[in-house]
Amino acid sequence: MKRDLPASAVRTGAVGAALPHDSAHLHVAGAATYIDDIPELAGTLHIAVGMSTVARGRLVAMQLDRVRAAAGVVAVLGHADIPGEKCIGPVKHDEPVFAIDRVEYIGQPLFAVVATSLEAARRAARLAQVTYEEEPPILDYDDAIRANSHVLPPLTLVTGDAKAAIAAAPYRLSNRLLMGGQEQFYLEGQIAYACPREDGQMLVYSSTQHPTETQFTVAHVLGVAPSQVVVECRRMGGAFGGKETQAAYFAAVAALAAAKLKRAVKFRADRDDDFMLTGKRHEFRADYEVGFDASGRILGLEMTLASRCGWSADLSGSVNDRAVMHVSNAYHLANVTIRSLRLKTNQQSANAFRGFGGPQGILAGEHVIDDIARHLKLDPLAVRKANFYSADPSSPRAMTHYGMRVEDNVILELVTELEASSEYARRRAAVDQWNAREPLIKRGLALTPVMFGISFTASFLNQAGALLHVYHDGSVMINHAATEMGQGVYTKVAQVVAEEFGLQVRQVRITATDTSKVPNTSPTAASSGADLNGKAAQAAAREIKARLAAFCASTHGFDAATVEFRDGRVMAGAWERPWEEVVRAAYMARVSLSSTGFYSVPKVGFDPATLKGRPFYYFAYGAAVSEVAIDILTGESRLLRVDVLHDVGRSLNPAIDRGQVEGGFVQGMGWLTSEELVWDAHGRLRTHAPSTYKIPVSSDVPEAFKVSLWERGENVEDSIFRSKAVGEPPLMLASSVFLAIRDAVAAARGGVPALDAPATPERILLACSAGPAA
Amino acid sequence: MFPQNKQLYTKLIMSDPCMKFLLNGEPVSVTDLPPTLSLLQYLRQNCALPGTKEGCAEGDCGACTVTVADIDADGRIRHRAVNACIQFMPALHGKAVTTVEGVAVGGVPHPVQQAMVDCHASQCGFCTPGFVMSLYADFRAHAPREVTRQEVDSLLAGNLCRCTGYRPIADAARQALAVPRSPAESARDEAHEKALRTLARGCGELVLDGAAGKWFTPKTEASLARCLAAHPDARIIAGLTDVGLWATKQLRTFPKLVLVSEIDSLHRVAASGGRLDIGAAVTWSEAMPHLLRHWPEMQEHLLRFASPPVRNSATVGGNVANGSPIGDSMPAFIALGAEVVLRSLSGERTMPLEAFYLAYQQTARADGEYVAAIRVPLPARSQRFRVYKVSKRFDQDISALCAGFMVKVERGVVVEARIAFGGMAATPKRATRAEQALLGRTLDEAAMQVAQEALDGDFQPISDMRSSAAYRRQVARNLVKRFFLEVAPAGEHATALRLADLEVLP
Ligand SMILES: Cc1cc2nc3c(=O)[nH]c(=O)nc-3n(C[C@H](O)[C@H](O)[C@H](O)COP(=O)(O)OP(=O)(O)OC[C@H]3O[C@@H](n4cnc5c(N)ncnc54)[C@H](O)[C@@H]3O)c2cc1C
Ligand code: FES
Ligand code: FES
Repeated sequence: MKRDLPASAVRTGAVGAALPHDSAHLHVAGAATYIDDIPELAGTLHIAVGMSTVARGRLVAMQLDRVRAAAGVVAVLGHADIPGEKCIGPVKHDEPVFAIDRVEYIGQPLFAVVATSLEAARRAARLAQVTYEEEPPILDYDDAIRANSHVLPPLTLVTGDAKAAIAAAPYRLSNRLLMGGQEQFYLEGQIAYACPREDGQMLVYSSTQHPTETQFTVAHVLGVAPSQVVVECRRMGGAFGGKETQAAYFAAVAALAAAKLKRAVKFRADRDDDFMLTGKRHEFRADYEVGFDASGRILGLEMTLASRCGWSADLSGSVNDRAVMHVSNAYHLANVTIRSLRLKTNQQSANAFRGFGGPQGILAGEHVIDDIARHLKLDPLAVRKANFYSADPSSPRAMTHYGMRVEDNVILELVTELEASSEYARRRAAVDQWNAREPLIKRGLALTPVMFGISFTASFLNQAGALLHVYHDGSVMINHAATEMGQGVYTKVAQVVAEEFGLQVRQVRITATDTSKVPNTSPTAASSGADLNGKAAQAAAREIKARLAAFCASTHGFDAATVEFRDGRVMAGAWERPWEEVVRAAYMARVSLSSTGFYSVPKVGFDPATLKGRPFYYFAYGAAVSEVAIDILTGESRLLRVDVLHDVGRSLNPAIDRGQVEGGFVQGMGWLTSEELVWDAHGRLRTHAPSTYKIPVSSDVPEAFKVSLWERGENVEDSIFRSKAVGEPPLMLASSVFLAIRDAVAAARGGVPALDAPATPERILLACSAGPAA
Repeated sequence: MFPQNKQLYTKLIMSDPCMKFLLNGEPVSVTDLPPTLSLLQYLRQNCALPGTKEGCAEGDCGACTVTVADIDADGRIRHRAVNACIQFMPALHGKAVTTVEGVAVGGVPHPVQQAMVDCHASQCGFCTPGFVMSLYADFRAHAPREVTRQEVDSLLAGNLCRCTGYRPIADAARQALAVPRSPAESARDEAHEKALRTLARGCGELVLDGAAGKWFTPKTEASLARCLAAHPDARIIAGLTDVGLWATKQLRTFPKLVLVSEIDSLHRVAASGGRLDIGAAVTWSEAMPHLLRHWPEMQEHLLRFASPPVRNSATVGGNVANGSPIGDSMPAFIALGAEVVLRSLSGERTMPLEAFYLAYQQTARADGEYVAAIRVPLPARSQRFRVYKVSKRFDQDISALCAGFMVKVERGVVVEARIAFGGMAATPKRATRAEQALLGRTLDEAAMQVAQEALDGDFQPISDMRSSAAYRRQVARNLVKRFFLEVAPAGEHATALRLADLEVLP
């Protein structure tokens, strides 16, 4: 895949360096300011919400006198206090800010208490007496299907003739896989701090991945123009998709109270409240029938992907679309029908979470492959290879089931390299030998690929803006549309700007994302932050460089095209001057030293009604081998070794990219192992704090965790310095952990195990105790 | 006034009306203190020190980790990481607290901080101060030393990071903990220790009597007993790792609190007369070496009990007195035949630990009584003992079930059997039918099967978010099998039994 790089992709210094995160020195000193750390304005008030204790029913009456009378309470706000729109939501406006006449999940906000302290607000919120007319909640997939309960109508993707292909196939099987949800568990909970300003304006500090949507939601709830509202976010203490849409709720309620009371108001959710209020990764159920040949090659696939979307639509449409597209992962599907059911259930509204439906689609697809391999008694890796998309873009086997041609396929190359470096074949044999000998501890091994489409499937979102100032002493400030949630996008964009100007990264000041500096921002999501904003910042830098070059050229009489910016100097032929001097001279000559930059992704276009088109600009590739062991007496499992090879293109910052790969992998592992969301029969979430909801800790990550960025990786598209997005794809490498556990279960009992995700000790034990299936 | 009657406590000990402590080396006096104000709230709201974060307010995430130094019964200074979110401020009277803002030496990042930067160990950074402080606590106590990854895992079991996947943090830990202390740091530490000794000398029994509640920190058992006699309604507290959550999560109020952890005599661990007496206020961190000396079989279990910062506060007495059906110490203690020692103004009584638990969250402790010690018979030669914990996550999780097994085998047959389970009933409870089934038998396959069958009659477990009743039943049976395989292995080939001991295949 190596090609000659165009001049635009050649780097000289800042880009490609393994620089520390721009805030690392602040993080370690406790000096990085998160929203709750901003010194509070005098008289700041605090919010807690009263929540529904019933999952579904009519709201008959709310008796709030005791709440109002409680110590410290300044106001109690309900839907009647909203001057603007009473319902919010990113796509469909189907979420009442406060319940109006119905309740749809346990945790749904009924009212907000505004008090002089957070503790006073929380205490008071518990004093409400609420009467409901309860209805049986819809929680289960089948209940929802029977009740025709959908947040969006069913959708079907059809390519080829799956039914006929399956009927004609020499082998067939059908199966079902349940996949659990996942709480984002950003370490910093949801928070917003609203400060009223003169003339009805509002400044909101919000821990949000989507400042613009937060701004608009605040404006709509307040009934004012979005120009009245400024949303600022310097950094988030983690987000993972959980602050893409749901942050707006907290901002809107804080702003509502601030506008009403003309005081600064903070809304910081207690961890348990955060769990109860906000959505999580979608739970999915995949039912499928697949026809295949003796080599394991898939001939036809019919699948129903049902997801529990919770009480509102949120982003469930796009999440489910991505699941449908990623069922193929790296495999060619010629004849396929996938039905997508976006079920409305009386739970928190499922929403964005790193991978955005991709993980569920990919795991479903990998499960199909694993079933085929076990059915045919072949090594799953051989079956994977038999199904890979063709690396030849002109081949019919390079066409995805959603109508996009794969032009950058490197999966076979990458998997082959990993297979060798991880010594897959030798270890496969060693694992089998162990299992033949050991009765109680079984080992499992699996290699799984990832092929993840990069771009927002809502094509209009693939745009970004930047604002770049050069001050007349030569110092530089960059602002852009992306938000920083730990992924290092600020660092990467600063590297791009430094690279363009030939400066050191520390000479570039990065400032908080702010809707009054860069407007109409897309969410920082879909792994797109550095891709989009790096390009926008580059455009701004190039604009300023062009002006400076023209200025130097006209002053000194050489060709502007020969001017270079390097090592803190501006040069053309033998002529050279320090950057600061050139900037100063340009300022004196009244040259504008500020510019915006804008970028829009080329080539993409997608029809969400048919799920056909080119949703993605390019694909990111990777693969992982996991070795696990299970204890068949208790069902406990342990990950022993992981080998990862991941394609980040030409890395903008290998240290940050490696961090994304490792962190994503571990998060995916948590989703598939210890992280279990349990709702009881009433629809109450029982795992709503870290005491009951277990994300991985250090000991869950093996010392043998060998992560390599693929050296030959390079983006064939003209991405920012030929890098590739890295935020989400590595999460799905963790499918290898799940399938390795399944492999170990198969060793314990033979046949095709019935193991659902997450593979908790209980599910593993259950899968081991069930007798061998055919 | 609390305690009501001034004569009730010894004149020799001063009573302090105002809470004093060192914050990053500087003395601070706190007046008008609501007794349940957490250290975390105090740091963030009152001191403008926002580096210490709140991630959960229940001791489970470690974002709020700070270090606390105090002086033990032998006059040694101890440094330990604690969770600031569940420490009530008055419990820090006479101690020294260091926060992430206080670790850099003269403006230079501490080796722990520098290693975290160099290893790219922060992404969003929200967990980072907590990791820095867990590592700093270890550095303060032990540096320089070489640590293995496994030791790092244990050290950091109480710190959650959602971003990094831990590898870079573990690298930073290993790098930083091996760095020798700089002279500047040593000088600072000495100055702080001197200040701590001065402060502690001037600190007596803290008595708070404000509108928000009353607080008392007795320094002797006599003082405690008198206080409890006068105030049987007072809530006894020790490490606050249970009670702290009742405040932060359940928003419970406590009109009267009595802290037992400043009483030297409750901190004793003594082996004599064939038994080990563990004072009620001994923390799990302190108890661990003593327990392991006599019962090395408890190693994994003790390391899986909560996390280092929790174990640094949590007491043995608190675990036992709390009597949670899923508490981890009771199955082991009951299996070992432990007794609980209760004292009050009217004297002392002991009872078998299993008799202490009457019903769900109900114990035999009478008004005015406190748990003084746990008394465990030292192991006999004929004794075979194991304790097992099963949970969704290996480290820092609450048991789905927990089992202690002890049998004494003489001349090849079982002469005594004690089996206790947690998570299988409303209290920690003995498996009396299974015990009976084993008596007089040799430890063979047949004995195992009768014990397993008998076990079914011993318990009617429930289903909850940790696991189903069926799983609990099945695993309880399987743990009997594990015990048999471990203490009486059949056949010459030793089967691999524990995931934790497993190595990567070569
Ligand atoms: C994050 C986290 C993880 C945990 N993990 C575990 C675990 O793995 N296993 C486990 O078993 N527990 C666990 N716990 C629970 C807790 O740590 C233990 O129960 C601990 O031993 C309680 O001791 P304490 O000193 O903190 O008690 P406190 O919270 O101070 O008190 C607990 C109870 O005991 C009473 N009490 C305390 N001392 C006495 C005394 N001397 N006499 C009479 N009554 C007394 C108190 O009144 C109260 O009812 C965990 C807690 C947290 C926060
Ligand atoms: S805030 Fe999570 S442990 Fe204290
Ligand atoms: S760096 Fe984000 S939680 Fe650890």
